[in-house]
Amino acid sequence: MRTNKEYIADFHNPDMPDIPYSTLNLGPTHPATHGIFQNVLKMDGERIVDAEQTVGYIHRAFEKIAERRPLYQITPLTDRLNYCSAPINNTGWHLAVEKLLGIQVPKRVDYMRVMIMELARISDHLICNSILGVDTGALTGFTYVYQYREKIYEIYEEICGARLTTNMGRIGGFERDFSPKVFELTKKFLVEFPKIWREFESLLSRNRIFMDRTIDTGPISVERALNYGFTGPNLRATGIDYDIRTADPYCSYEEFKFDIPVGTTGDTYDRFVVRNEEIWQSLSLVEQAIRKIEACEPGIYHADEDHYYLPPKKEVYRNMEALIYHFKIIMGEIEVPAGEVYRAVEGANGELGFYLVSDGGRSPYRLHFRRPCFIYYQAFPEMIRGQLLSDAIVVMSSLNVIAGELDA
Amino acid sequence: MALSHEEILAHIQAGCGDTAVVIPDSYGVVCVEVPTQQLFRLVNHLFKDQHFKFNILTDLCGVHYPEQKGKELGVVYHIQSMIHRAMIRIKVFAPIENPEIPSLTGIYAMANWMERETYDFFGIKFAGHPNLKRILNMDEMIDFPLRREFPLEDPFRQDKADYQFGR
Repeated sequence: MRTNKEYIADFHNPDMPDIPYSTLNLGPTHPATHGIFQNVLKMDGERIVDAEQTVGYIHRAFEKIAERRPLYQITPLTDRLNYCSAPINNTGWHLAVEKLLGIQVPKRVDYMRVMIMELARISDHLICNSILGVDTGALTGFTYVYQYREKIYEIYEEICGARLTTNMGRIGGFERDFSPKVFELTKKFLVEFPKIWREFESLLSRNRIFMDRTIDTGPISVERALNYGFTGPNLRATGIDYDIRTADPYCSYEEFKFDIPVGTTGDTYDRFVVRNEEIWQSLSLVEQAIRKIEACEPGIYHADEDHYYLPPKKEVYRNMEALIYHFKIIMGEIEVPAGEVYRAVEGANGELGFYLVSDGGRSPYRLHFRRPCFIYYQAFPEMIRGQLLSDAIVVMSSLNVIAGELDA
Repeated sequence: MALSHEEILAHIQAGCGDTAVVIPDSYGVVCVEVPTQQLFRLVNHLFKDQHFKFNILTDLCGVHYPEQKGKELGVVYHIQSMIHRAMIRIKVFAPIENPEIPSLTGIYAMANWMERETYDFFGIKFAGHPNLKRILNMDEMIDFPLRREFPLEDPFRQDKADYQFGR
């Protein structure tokens, strides 16, 4: 019997004779692809010869809409990019605006942001890894850990009232302080979740069937990954320890202790293992963040910037200055410096960047989202060439391509 | 490890001579404008150099400035060196009548879709692109929606022409 590797070598060999191929339309609405992705596959029996992706099915023109909106109204648009980890997107956008306006946020806000961002990272990786289990036929792990995403959503709900599209935080901080319930829920989560996650890992990571399905499935070399602009866990699975949290620290990440896990071969199994390890690192980061928040002076939850941060409603009704600021912020009369900034954060699936061009008006002159999915999804045909059809589903699932982010 | 601005600028000058115009940036990024003919040479030089290793095209996007006559459409490249943690912003401009800019797909594979996206929204033609067609919008579309003159809402909409809203 020929091995998988020999088959794949054949498909990359240009001297192979042409065989009549069949065309298969995978998607756009296919239950196995988790989102609206269309792939037109050229098949030789069960093997994939070539693929062509069609994207743009849920394009919502966010960049155009953002050109007509004041800065603080763009936060809800960023929710809808990678909706599995909306707080990271919100914070990334706020960081870009704060860089443009030159706002210094207090340390306590930084730690609060780290806390929610790492919770978001856990929920994102949790979905990705458990769905990868489902795609290889292991539904049990998914049903077991999925309720912990719900627990994270309960924490979001306690912070901002929303669950999926959070619109969390404001320019300069948060709209209100974290209640004691938030810390109570988070600490409970930190106690309960590791036990469940360890069990989930032991179900899959040394599971014979799972390993057979994922090892050597959809591998990519370091050079190709860099050339395709991979970032995040997918790049780290190939063996490069590039993480924006350490390369260009934001939100005081330089004060935290954490490791950056890397893989070796860049195949599906490595991506799975890297994400698993990142969940453990994120858990430790949440714990450190809580300890740091508790050591800070309580009650500080936003920067003291009257020009950009909405005054409390009570003040607006009683105090003239507060009313003026409220009016100016809402009507877009605040002064925004002209300039260009690029700020990137380590999103759950890669480098999420915001390129903001301001001409001094109330809305951005041009806003471009650097969406990690959009950039690395280009490599998909190369990764599945010569593989089986069922492996293509697994590879796509392990790449963590989110339709909302892909199409912006 | 960190590269100084002077080092990076000297490196850019080595790639394209005196044609690069430095644009001052108050947020600490090295920002240059180069003529379209020099772009490929410069980026290739940055990519190939073994010391600086500007190996990542972080971001590529178009910008439309209707007031700048003769160079209305611009493309902004953010090129990054992972090892040195440095970033360069390169801008090129083209007239709106014939916006043609060399494609970087020969250097960075990731530029493929980013250039298609820029073509889709701004109508900038990337010379040498292997598959330059629309990506996010439908193929039948004739406009380039991110140009400034393109309206955000359909001006012929009837359902919002409502006396109650005063439109």
